[in-house]
Amino acid sequence: MSPDTPVATPAGAGAVPAALDRPIPVPEADRGPFAFTRAQLGALAVLVAFLVVSPFWLYPVFLMKLLCFALFACAFNLLIGYVGLLSFGHAAYFGMGGYIAGHAAKVWGLTPELAVIAGAAVAGGLGAAFGWLAIRRSGIYFAMITLALAQMVYFFCVQAPFTGGEDGIQQIPRGRLLGAIGMQDDMAMYWFVAAIFLAGFLLIHRIVHSPFGQVIKAIRENEPRAISLGYRSDDYKLVAFILSATLAGVAGATKALVFGIATLTDVHWSMSGEVVLMTLVGGLGTVFGPVIGAAVVVTMQNYLAEMGAWVTVIQGAIFVACVLAFRRGIVGEIASLLRVRL
Amino acid sequence: MDEIFGIPAPLLFGQLLLGLINGAFYAMLSLGLAVIFGLLNIVNMTHGALFMMGAFAAWMLLNYLGLGYWWAMLIAPLAIGAFGMVLEKLFISRLYKLDHLYGLLLTFGLALVIEGVFRNYYGSSGLPYRIPSELQGAWDLGFMFMPVYRGWVVVAALFFCLATWLVIEKTRLGAYLRAATENAPLVQAFGVNVPRMVTLTYGGGVALAALAGVLAAPIYSVNPQMGTNLIIVVFAVVVIGGMGSILGSVITGFTLGLIEGLTKVFWPEASATVIFVIMAIVLLARPAGLFGRA
Repeated sequence: MSPDTPVATPAGAGAVPAALDRPIPVPEADRGPFAFTRAQLGALAVLVAFLVVSPFWLYPVFLMKLLCFALFACAFNLLIGYVGLLSFGHAAYFGMGGYIAGHAAKVWGLTPELAVIAGAAVAGGLGAAFGWLAIRRSGIYFAMITLALAQMVYFFCVQAPFTGGEDGIQQIPRGRLLGAIGMQDDMAMYWFVAAIFLAGFLLIHRIVHSPFGQVIKAIRENEPRAISLGYRSDDYKLVAFILSATLAGVAGATKALVFGIATLTDVHWSMSGEVVLMTLVGGLGTVFGPVIGAAVVVTMQNYLAEMGAWVTVIQGAIFVACVLAFRRGIVGEIASLLRVRL
Repeated sequence: MDEIFGIPAPLLFGQLLLGLINGAFYAMLSLGLAVIFGLLNIVNMTHGALFMMGAFAAWMLLNYLGLGYWWAMLIAPLAIGAFGMVLEKLFISRLYKLDHLYGLLLTFGLALVIEGVFRNYYGSSGLPYRIPSELQGAWDLGFMFMPVYRGWVVVAALFFCLATWLVIEKTRLGAYLRAATENAPLVQAFGVNVPRMVTLTYGGGVALAALAGVLAAPIYSVNPQMGTNLIIVVFAVVVIGGMGSILGSVITGFTLGLIEGLTKVFWPEASATVIFVIMAIVLLARPAGLFGRA
C-alpha cells in the first residue's frame, strides 16, 4: 500500500488531487506597511477600530476569550495555511502555555508579562521537540503524529503534580503588569490582551511576508523543487512549527491569566479540533480568516452553551459542511467575491 | 514460581493478558485503518466512533430487541458496515479529488457528530453489557486464572485478523483490491467497478471496527467516548507499524498491547504514554514505520 506521499491517485478519481484552495498571489512590490495590501489595510483598520470600541459595548471577558482564541487560530494557520502542515495537536502548546503561565504567576509570583513569556517559551520548547519528530513525515502521518504527541502531553498533565490533575491550576492571580499596573480591572486586562493579540497578529503577517515566509510557501507548493533549489526544507518547517507553537503558547498563557484557571480542557484533543474548525470556518491561509473563524466559533459556543452535547454535533456538522461545500471559509469567500486578498 | 523480577506472577500475567486484549483491539482497528487508507487514501478519523457504534449496537440489540451476544456479532458489523457505506457514498466519495487532509477533516467532523448524538441520548457514564453465559467463568491455568471471555477476545481477534489477511492476500477480490491500491485507473480500465469496490472496502473496514466494538462491549463499559480515546492510540500504533502491510499492523498491534501491559506492572505512571514514546523512538530510527515502505 502507498506511503504517505500522495503518489497513488485515489480510486475513482481520474484527476490529480487538487491542493488546498488558495487565493490569487499578489506581487510583494504592491504591498504597503507590514506587507499588507490595500484591501488588507482596510480590513486591519476595521479590526483595530473594533478592538478599541468593542469593550465599551461588549463584555470585556468575552472579548478577551475571543482574542485569545483568535491568536491561537492565527498561530495554527501559520502552519496549515502557509506551510501546508496540518497539526492535529496544537492544544498541547496552547494548554501547556496556560499551565506554565498559571504556575509562574501563582507559585513563583511572576508579573503577567513574564508569566506569558514563560508559558510561550515552554510551549516553544515543546514545539521544537515535537516538530523535530513530526516533520520526519508529511501529510496525514504528520497529523496523526502531532495528535498522538499531544495526547501524550494530555496524559502527562493528568498525572504531573504541578498541573493539579483534574482540578487544574485555580485562582491564578492576574498580578500587576511590569509590577506596577494592577490587572484586576477587566478593562486594564483587556488592553493588555488586545495588545498581545495585535502584536501576535502583525508578527505572523510579517513572518509570512518575509523572505523566510516566501520559502515556506515555496515548500508548501512544491517541496522537492524547493529542496533542489538548495533550501533545507526541514529546517524551514521546523522553525515555522516552533513559531506556531510559541504563539499558541502565548495565546494559552494569556487565556489562563484572563480566567485565572488552567485546566485539562485546554490540552485535550477536542481543543486541537476546535482550532482546526476556527481556521477552517474563517478560511485556511487567509490573514483575517482565523480571527473571524474564532469569533464565530466562540460566539456560537457562548450562545449554545446550555445545549450540552448538541454543541459537539453542531460543530461536527459545520466541519462536514465546510469541507464539502465551503472550503474557502468565510473570509476566503468574501475575498474571492471582491477579488482581493484578505 | 510465585514471583518474577520481584512481581507476583498472577499480577504480571494478569496485566500481560490485559495488554494482549488491548493489543487485540489495536490490531483490529489498525488493520481496518490500513485497508481503508490503502484504497481510499484517507485516514478514517470516524473509525473510533464506528467502533463505539458497534458496542452500542450490541447493547441496543440486547436491551431493545432481546437479541444476545452472538446475534450482535453477526448483526452489528453488517448494520454498522452498511452505515459506513452510506457515509462513504454521501460524504467521503466527494473528496477523492481533493487534498487528503480534507478527508481527515471530514471524517473528524463525522466522528464529532456521531459521538455528540450518542452522548446526548446515552450520557457519558457508560452502560453495562453482560458477558454471554457461554463465556462466563474462568480457567485455572496453574499460574493464573484466565477469565474465559478474555481468552475468547484474543482468539476471536486473531481469527478475524487472519481471515482479513487471507481475504486480501489469497482471494480474487483481494487481488483486485491490492491492484486498485497500486493503480486504481488501470484496474478500472480492466473492467472492475472500482467505485463500488471502494465503497465495499470502506464498509469492510468499518465492519471490522464494529466487530471490535462488540468484542469490547462486555470488557469496557459501553460509552460514547470509548472509541476516541482508543483511536488516538491506534493512530500511534499505525505510525509505528506503518500502513504498508496487513500482518505488520496485526503484529504491531498485539506487541504494543503487551508492552503497555508490561509497563503497567513495572512503571504504572508511564503506561498511558509508553506507546507514544515508542512512536517517537521509531520516528527517529525508522521514519517510515517498522513495516512501512519509505
